[in-house]
Amino acid sequence: MGQAQENQTEEHLYQKRIPIFVRSVRGKFRNFKTGVLLLAYIVYFALPWVPWQRASAADQAVLFDLVSRKFFIFNLVVYPQDIIWLAMLLFIAATFLFFVTGLIGRAWCGFFCFQTLWTDMFMFIEHMVQGERPARMRLYKQPWNMEKIFKLGLSHLLMIAVAFWTGFTFAAYYTYAPELLHDLFTGQANQAAYVTVVVLTATTYVAGALAREQICTFICPYARFQGVMYEPDTLVISYDQRRGEGQSGRALPKPGLKTREERQAQGHGDCIDCGFCVQVCPVGIDIRNGLQYQCISCALCIDACDNIMDSVGYPRGLIRYDSERNLESANPHPPRLAWRRLKVLGYAVALSAMIGLLIYNIGTRTDTEVRIEQVRQPLYVKLETGAVRDRYQVHIVNKTEQEVTYQLTVRGIPENALDLGAVTELRVRPGKALKFNVKIDLPPELARDTHEFEFVVTPQIEGAEPIARKASFVGE
Amino acid sequence: MAQQSNNQTTGHVWDDDLQEFTNPLPRWWLWAFYLTIIFSVVYWLMYPAWPLGSSYTKGVNGVNSITYVATTKDGQQVEKTTHWNTRAELMKETNAAAGVQKQWLDQVAATAYGDIAKNPDLMQFVNSAGKTLFADNCAACHQVGGAGHEAGNPQTNQVGFFAPNLADDYWQWGGTYDEISATITGGRTGFMPAKGLAGALTDEQITNVANYVLSLSGEPHDADKAKLGDEIFHNPAEGGCLTCHSADGKGVPSMGGLNLTDKVWQWVDVPGQADAAAKVDVLRAAIIGGFNHVEAMPKWGTRLKPEQIKLLTVYVHDSLGGGK
Ligand code: SF4
Ligand code: SF4
Repeated sequence: MGQAQENQTEEHLYQKRIPIFVRSVRGKFRNFKTGVLLLAYIVYFALPWVPWQRASAADQAVLFDLVSRKFFIFNLVVYPQDIIWLAMLLFIAATFLFFVTGLIGRAWCGFFCFQTLWTDMFMFIEHMVQGERPARMRLYKQPWNMEKIFKLGLSHLLMIAVAFWTGFTFAAYYTYAPELLHDLFTGQANQAAYVTVVVLTATTYVAGALAREQICTFICPYARFQGVMYEPDTLVISYDQRRGEGQSGRALPKPGLKTREERQAQGHGDCIDCGFCVQVCPVGIDIRNGLQYQCISCALCIDACDNIMDSVGYPRGLIRYDSERNLESANPHPPRLAWRRLKVLGYAVALSAMIGLLIYNIGTRTDTEVRIEQVRQPLYVKLETGAVRDRYQVHIVNKTEQEVTYQLTVRGIPENALDLGAVTELRVRPGKALKFNVKIDLPPELARDTHEFEFVVTPQIEGAEPIARKASFVGE
Repeated sequence: MAQQSNNQTTGHVWDDDLQEFTNPLPRWWLWAFYLTIIFSVVYWLMYPAWPLGSSYTKGVNGVNSITYVATTKDGQQVEKTTHWNTRAELMKETNAAAGVQKQWLDQVAATAYGDIAKNPDLMQFVNSAGKTLFADNCAACHQVGGAGHEAGNPQTNQVGFFAPNLADDYWQWGGTYDEISATITGGRTGFMPAKGLAGALTDEQITNVANYVLSLSGEPHDADKAKLGDEIFHNPAEGGCLTCHSADGKGVPSMGGLNLTDKVWQWVDVPGQADAAAKVDVLRAAIIGGFNHVEAMPKWGTRLKPEQIKLLTVYVHDSLGGGK
């Protein structure tokens, strides 16, 4: 065999995709996966259609308005200045991934990743149109006839339809959805919308209907670096080699090998070699070969094996979530979440700190942003009367959805020291910023003694708090 | 059914137990690789790619062309179409930006001076566009923030070049919009004759005039000498200073005569001198040397467009100084 393989090495660099015909399975993990899928689909597809009263944009609850550079998320309006929230969110997402992966492996891949969700959906379509695994395999092998053309055509048509709606929905987050739908089909939408919808339809179809597990195996970087986060204590989906193989290996339940006692007497393990765990695997591997890099931790093989164990009356859990350390130990305990580890706790602390910070930051956001910058060239000038003048640039951002007039005053120095020039009214349009120059003139003695004072900006709206900003005064 | 991974090795064993798994890539990756090669060849043909000595391949005409508007040396606007290159792309983007700026410039041009300053949105444009215009044209003498350039050392008769401070509230040539606009458009040349209008003041007379000038703004001085200086200042046959500095010493803006009664000393650094004697000395040096330098404020009327001058006027008047 070694000889034969060496000769084939060249060919083995590339290979045609081996089609996978996944058998459907029932069980608690399948139910959980279906629940996640339903929830994710409902949220993703319905969200752009939720109406929301808005003063300055389309009445859409979630709208990422790239033209006005504002993100509307229900009551929250996110401005470009709030980009730090995005940075925090990315940090939280990354830390959360590390945290979970260290505990229970690639749970993200198996249950939540959109590659998994959409692949699952497309497999469901195949199942619906072409039938269960044996029927699909038969269809695959049979020559092209009307039945094959019809069934394959119909399932791919349905997949393309889902892919299109996926692409359209994505674009709908960036424009008013009803209008986009209308414009898209009447040829009035803008070029960016068409490009987005076409590209996303194509990528969704290719990734979910054609490439499938190859995305996870060859393309996705997360799949690779989650692997390195596994530790001996991480709960991974594993086949209990000791229990399954016994001394003499797995064996079919032939007469005389039906009960556990009979099998154990002959040294055989509990695995009846039915292959069910391999048939349900969406990446087409055999979990009994141990942990493999292709495994996305979908836990469907656990459901499959549990069903078999139930039917032959052996205890469940031949395939289960367990840690490498426990599986190898001489006297294993029931699998448990080993969270009392420095790394896990460290991630938990970082995660809660960042989530707390983000919530605090969003909770304490203000409707008005005020920045004061002193003009430093020149720092100050002497006036004809001997008074000293400092100049400042005031920057006001109106983060409300109405036009707001602001009043600017000073505290700590005489009111009349503030010179706004000819400007009488500071009015800022919704979501816009205004930058303007002001001058502060102080008589010589006061200028010598004044080092600090405050600008006070008061929005002229009901119940608005004045906002004070410290500024320094340079007299000589 | 074949499996995705059969955990087979290449069959080769190194160092007793080191083996390599075969995890073949999907064949379509290979096709994707060939596709990128085909793409690159098409790209070479369509876009500028290969150097040819002093030139280069320009790509397929019409596929990658960029059209932009350029201004020639004699101010003509010409439309140019060329093959794709970063310079042309920059020109095109500059054209677009200029279009946006033009809307604002037009608004400034169409609005009366006083109304521009009242409008915070317009002022925001004036502040940012004016800052660039000022930095490009005026800052060489007046500095970026308008602080100006003080004279050199009058004592060694090294007056240096002098550019008034535009950030304070004193205006040598007048601080109304019209006066500032006239200053920018036509330029200004300052002049002060050496040793008085007739150029014949004696050493003693000069000391007296210096003391009188100090008295005008309440600086320490010798009252008796100042009294004598007063007469020389106002006598057209002797000092004749009043011609430009006016009888009350407040200066005649149309002549560029400085105000001698206020606290702003732009040319001669009187407040910076330690004692009364030194103050007299710097003033004496100024009167003896006069001001007759070629570094005048140039005429910008021939270099800048009227709307740019208007913008600069508002910028200098409102953003920098706070004019009159
Ligand atoms: S081995 Fe099991 S957990 Fe891993 S991908 Fe296959 S079915 Fe899912
Ligand atoms: S499902 Fe369970 S019993 Fe069946 S082959 Fe897999 S491990 Fe063995």
